Amino acid sequence: MPESATDVRGGAVAPVGDQPMLVFKKVSLAFDDNVVLRDVSFTLRQGHTKLLLGASGSGKSTILKITLGLLKPDAGEVWVRGVRVDEMTEAQMMGVRTDLGMVFQDGALFDSLTVGENVGFKLYESTEQSLAAVRTRVEQVLELVGLGEFIDRMPAELSGGQRRRVAIARAMASKPRILLYDEPTTGLDPITALSVDEEIVKMRDLEEVTSVLVTHQLRDAFFVTDFEAVRGAQGVEFREAHERKLDEAEFIMLKEGVVHFEGNSRELRASRDPYITTFLS
Amino acid sequence: MVQEVQEYVQLCGTAIRFAFSRPFYRHDFVEQLDSIGMGSLTVVLLTGFFTGAVLALQSGMTLDQFGARPFVGRLISASMIKELGPVLTGLMLAGRVGSGIAAEIGSMVVTDQVSALRALGTDPIRKLVVPRILAGTLMAPVLTIVADTVGILGGWLIAVYQLRVASSLYWKSVTEALYIQDVWMGLLKPFVLGFVIVSIGCHVGLRTKGGTAGVGRATTNAVVASSVMVIAVDFFVTRLLFSLIY
Repeated sequence: MPESATDVRGGAVAPVGDQPMLVFKKVSLAFDDNVVLRDVSFTLRQGHTKLLLGASGSGKSTILKITLGLLKPDAGEVWVRGVRVDEMTEAQMMGVRTDLGMVFQDGALFDSLTVGENVGFKLYESTEQSLAAVRTRVEQVLELVGLGEFIDRMPAELSGGQRRRVAIARAMASKPRILLYDEPTTGLDPITALSVDEEIVKMRDLEEVTSVLVTHQLRDAFFVTDFEAVRGAQGVEFREAHERKLDEAEFIMLKEGVVHFEGNSRELRASRDPYITTFLS
Repeated sequence: MVQEVQEYVQLCGTAIRFAFSRPFYRHDFVEQLDSIGMGSLTVVLLTGFFTGAVLALQSGMTLDQFGARPFVGRLISASMIKELGPVLTGLMLAGRVGSGIAAEIGSMVVTDQVSALRALGTDPIRKLVVPRILAGTLMAPVLTIVADTVGILGGWLIAVYQLRVASSLYWKSVTEALYIQDVWMGLLKPFVLGFVIVSIGCHVGLRTKGGTAGVGRATTNAVVASSVMVIAVDFFVTRLLFSLIY
């Protein structure tokens, strides 16, 4: 485990048994002269959520790609569940990726496969489960995102919001411990975006998935931090988050590849920093 | 340019290594056999047939000047099997299969589907490149045999009905001119050409950048590069085979 698990949080002591799921320690990356990330450090704990905010090109999506091993940093360390991943080969990363799920910006569904085949892709490819068991799991996650009846449709037949929800179902089908969302609500109307936000909150609160959410849609970000999902008599209900839950969701604001702000939603709203107030206005 | 060649060689090496290790995507391989083989059949049939026919027409008139019209079958079979069959099939595959593969993989790259594959723990080279290269390498010789056959048939039609050469004389002439080395050359070249065409399509597709415009550029680049390489590789393989089997 990285000793930096506490260091990068400015000396905060980690509770016993609360091991970090994801640690970035002084991570830097540049493409030629263009610095994308500079000394980015943060720690994400189990069941918590990090919301990465920032203008386009500030390096938000790059953090997700580095976490997945799709990009390699020039400097720094990246730890996923206690394993250092920034020095791993592509073959070694395949093992780490079993713990990770990613929802890409436009869903990135495989055009030639049905919704069910997309959702069950990882299970069909890499597990020894029977086809019937995989089908059952696929039906289960599609029901969770409200698209149970779309299992045999092709991605081209879905709306933008439905595609994002299928992407979420695909990312969570293999029960990853960490879900990475790359602008899952960009380009969606407010009602559809809200349904995607609800799925993110459901994954976190009902499936206990640790999340990293990249967005520049503040309304969606605040919904994820300010609400929690509970199972009620009428099914899943959303209510205002308790104090503890509010602290489990932290914002990171990136500015030109550097962490400009890190804190919870209350601290973000209370900030008088000109860049943040401009961003929030 | 040097870096691109390095990456291409690296891709080919990895694909060959992966072809002999698990997991192997059998379903994708069969799908590609059908797509490359059956999908290209019509264009190869038409190209082969008309090439054989026009070859008979042109050479018949030239052979006439030497009173050698009955030997038209000999010229057609030698030309089709040793050179025109492999090269024309290669060019048709470059146009149809090379462009299709570059466009398909390129679209997957720009829409993050290749990244999604990696994120889901699947190696894109194993899943996308290996089945296509194997299918292309195996189907190119099959399609070449088809092109050779219909080319010789096209030549027979012209020889018999236009040049008034006796059918039996044509077929006797076809087989007389052929040596086993010619057949080997005609069969070995398409393996190499099939590999080159499909691997270039995969390489160009995987390097696609710049959205839909980039996919268009990748498609054009794949066709141009693989067409030129078909001609160039044909020369070098012919030279090599001449020194090895003749």
